[in-house]
Amino acid sequence: MGAVSATAQPAEPTAKKPTSDRAKSERRLGYMLCAPAVLVMLVVTGYPILYAVYLSLQRFDLRLPDEKEFVGLSNYVEVLTASQWWQDVFNTLLITVASVTLELVLGMVLALVMHRAIFGRGAVRAAILIPYGIVTVVAAFAWRYAFTPDLGFVPGFAGAVSDTYAPLTNQAGSFFVIVLTEVWKTTPFMALLLLAGLALVPDELHEAAKVDGATALQRFFRITLPLIRPAILVALLFRTLDAFRVFDTVFIQTTGGANNTETVSILGYNQLINRLNLGLGSAVSVLIFICVILIAVLFIKGLGASPAQDED
Amino acid sequence: MAEIALQDVTKRYPDGFEAVKHMNLDISDGEFMILVGPSGCGKSTALRMIAGLEDISDGKLVIGGETVNDLAPKDRDIAMVFQNYALYPHMTVRENMGFALKLAKTDKGEIDRKVGEAAKILDLEQHLERKPANLSGGQRQRVAMGRAIVRDPSAFLMDEPLSNLDAKLRVQMRTEVARIQQSLGTTMVYVTHDQTEAMTLGDRVAVMRGGIIQQVASPKELYERPKNLFVAGFIGSPAMNFMPGRIEGDSIKLPFGDAKLPDELRQRLEAGDGGKAREVIAGVRPEHFEAAEIAGAEHAGVRFKTKIDVLESMGSELYAYFTIEGQTQSDQLTELAEDAGLSDLPGAENASQVVARLDPEADVRQGAEADLILDTSKIQLFDPDGGKSLTVG
Amino acid sequence: MQETGRQKVLWTIGIVVVILYALIPVIWIASLSVKDPATLAEGGFWPKKFSLENYKGIFDSSDFVYALLNSIGIAMIATLISIFLAALAAYALSRLEFRGKSVILAGSLAIAMFPPISIVGSLFEVWRTLGLFDTWAGLIIPYMTFTLPLAIYTLSAFFREIPWELEQAAQIDGATPFQAFQKVIVPLAAPGVFTAAILVFIFAWNDFLFATVLTSTNSSRTVPAALAFFTGDSQFSDPTGAIAAAAVVVTVPIIIMVLIFQRRIVAGLTAGAVKG
Repeated sequence: MGAVSATAQPAEPTAKKPTSDRAKSERRLGYMLCAPAVLVMLVVTGYPILYAVYLSLQRFDLRLPDEKEFVGLSNYVEVLTASQWWQDVFNTLLITVASVTLELVLGMVLALVMHRAIFGRGAVRAAILIPYGIVTVVAAFAWRYAFTPDLGFVPGFAGAVSDTYAPLTNQAGSFFVIVLTEVWKTTPFMALLLLAGLALVPDELHEAAKVDGATALQRFFRITLPLIRPAILVALLFRTLDAFRVFDTVFIQTTGGANNTETVSILGYNQLINRLNLGLGSAVSVLIFICVILIAVLFIKGLGASPAQDED
Repeated sequence: MAEIALQDVTKRYPDGFEAVKHMNLDISDGEFMILVGPSGCGKSTALRMIAGLEDISDGKLVIGGETVNDLAPKDRDIAMVFQNYALYPHMTVRENMGFALKLAKTDKGEIDRKVGEAAKILDLEQHLERKPANLSGGQRQRVAMGRAIVRDPSAFLMDEPLSNLDAKLRVQMRTEVARIQQSLGTTMVYVTHDQTEAMTLGDRVAVMRGGIIQQVASPKELYERPKNLFVAGFIGSPAMNFMPGRIEGDSIKLPFGDAKLPDELRQRLEAGDGGKAREVIAGVRPEHFEAAEIAGAEHAGVRFKTKIDVLESMGSELYAYFTIEGQTQSDQLTELAEDAGLSDLPGAENASQVVARLDPEADVRQGAEADLILDTSKIQLFDPDGGKSLTVG
Repeated sequence: MQETGRQKVLWTIGIVVVILYALIPVIWIASLSVKDPATLAEGGFWPKKFSLENYKGIFDSSDFVYALLNSIGIAMIATLISIFLAALAAYALSRLEFRGKSVILAGSLAIAMFPPISIVGSLFEVWRTLGLFDTWAGLIIPYMTFTLPLAIYTLSAFFREIPWELEQAAQIDGATPFQAFQKVIVPLAAPGVFTAAILVFIFAWNDFLFATVLTSTNSSRTVPAALAFFTGDSQFSDPTGAIAAAAVVVTVPIIIMVLIFQRRIVAGLTAGAVKG
């Protein structure tokens, strides 16, 4: 255990403050207790990402393991000059933006409703947790089957509009179903986060605004919205990152990107697992990682989202 | 013109509980009316009904001659100061104060002028661009008032605005509030549970209990002529002492001695029930006691000796606590004790504690016997059954 | 503010809409699962002919049963380990003073935002080398890793609410430190730990990507992955009914858990995420 605690201690410039023995032992205990978790997280994520970078610099195809060789950045060049990569980025962004926007709006409406609900809170809460708890694959299947002609119930309704309504056979329709599934599944989570933010706005502020002469709409836009902005930003940050990583739904509904709905994660998967091209696949993985970091930085630095809101 | 009249106003909740019961109150234009009472007495509910933040179950609310029961708060031309100030945290002081005017689409120059004026009155000029989080409690309270003043409403409504301030600041702000109301001359309805505030601020004070107004009168009148036990015990600090008494003929038997009833009082009692012997609750204010040697022997009243349990020296006066025999029983007194947090204190069987306010030069010592006189001309008598005053007509 | 009858009606409609929203896919998949396989192609929401053949089918097939066992076992073990490690860390983070706390928290947050796709490739390769490919441990390890941030945040938030002075009060009353911990702290911490465990379990149960990449046979393939590669009774028959039945089997426990513990779950989600 001694060795473990030694590795967990971060190197930091020590301020010249005399620390009591008690403070010292508290510090040691703190590090020791955090060590296992920190270690696991570092090793299981840190090492693989470094390894992925390493792999991405190789030409490494598992079907031809003997031809492994260092090729520098040529994998990256190959990916970044492939139109498929950019198409996939576009697809992914399309799904991301569409899902998150809809989730935000619907989630906000749902949160407002729950906030002012007089009764039935328990029923609503239980109901909206179901999409959260359902296995994504199950949800993907359910909606896929719902929209499949002959099998599902939606084409029957849409029969009034068009004769063969089969969204999953074309690009626009497929995107529609994918986004629908994503939105269905995560709007509740968004609503919960927003509800928590709403609860932090004191009722008195609403009353004061009422007395000051604000209509309900004015109260929402001038008082509520500015005050829950931090909560919205955090929710957006997490959901955007999540949405960017979309995989399960697309895999199930369009069998990994038919109809030109392939997303970046699917691309990575195909390269790595189907094509067993670890070099290219790793390059894709690393590029996705960089994209995620960019999004996070955009939100945190650019928009001021502050996910770590604890006061320690 | 902004007289406010509550006519038989009742607030009933879905479960049947009535927070305000058939309240009748007339507030004249420009009057400073205070609603005071223990928690749960309905004063805040009444205020919120005037504001329009609570629906009125029964009765009529008339502001400036117009029945406003169904008007939204913003249409009643009233401004409110909330207990926790309810300042918009994301707006500066200037924006907070100008918010209502902005909603009313007032011209920007006009808003700046009005905000500037109010800021001047409240000494907030150098804080206009700051946000509430960067202000002290007293400053926030002033911003809350400024927000109300800027609207130039027909009436101000204030819901315990000073209760979140520390003691010293509260005293200071009290005079501010009084000064502002005087200079603006606007009708003001002010809710508080602190009877000191009620006594010092109001033109008239309405004492409430259990959703019912007990008495509405000037502070002086409430103090000197309370209509029932509750008002007598609520108003005044330290509170009035209550003890069992017995009226026989023209004198009253008190735990520490007998005294002759003042003529007027005796006449009124005789007119009421023929002057028969009866049990009463006697109310005596602490300042009606005095040390015998200071009061002078010729002072009329009951003279008695008692052992002083506790002596508090305040410098300007002495508070002497002693025990007498006999206990008083009454719903109203129990409620007062609960409100003061005293109902669970252990007490001796059949004994009550009395507090007397004495001259600082009095020769009394803790634990020793003292020679005291009670001025019986100021005694208040109450009917033990229901607590109604027998002294006040 | 009092509710008029009309408002009550509107609220009720709203609540029904929300409930329908949540349940439509669930009811639909359940309906699919009890449709006689021969009638599947007729479409429609409700079964025209009721049959439990699909359920029989999946339980007869060893693939599904193994997948179920794998899911249960792996998720439970991952939950136990993750909660244990997270509890240690959360205890330290919420109670003790030491430098680097914010670094650890920020780091956990970073892990939470990590795209798993970026490491599945490496894990695939490394696991093959280490012999962890297609094993329970091979999935348990990434599951615990990715649930640690969520668990740490949730548990930290809960632990912060515990009045720790009670421990000292118990010791003054004569308890040993361990007794104090056991009799005072553990009961207070239990709800938070339980909630975090539920959230972690749902995550592990739900995962698809790792399960697909890091397994290949039914010795460790979990249900989500198995579902995607279901082939049904034979190569030629449509696995839809079987998939629907399997989906229901894997969803029902979650629904029950969610219904029973909904208050806890909401508390955990919002405590960990947005705390003012």
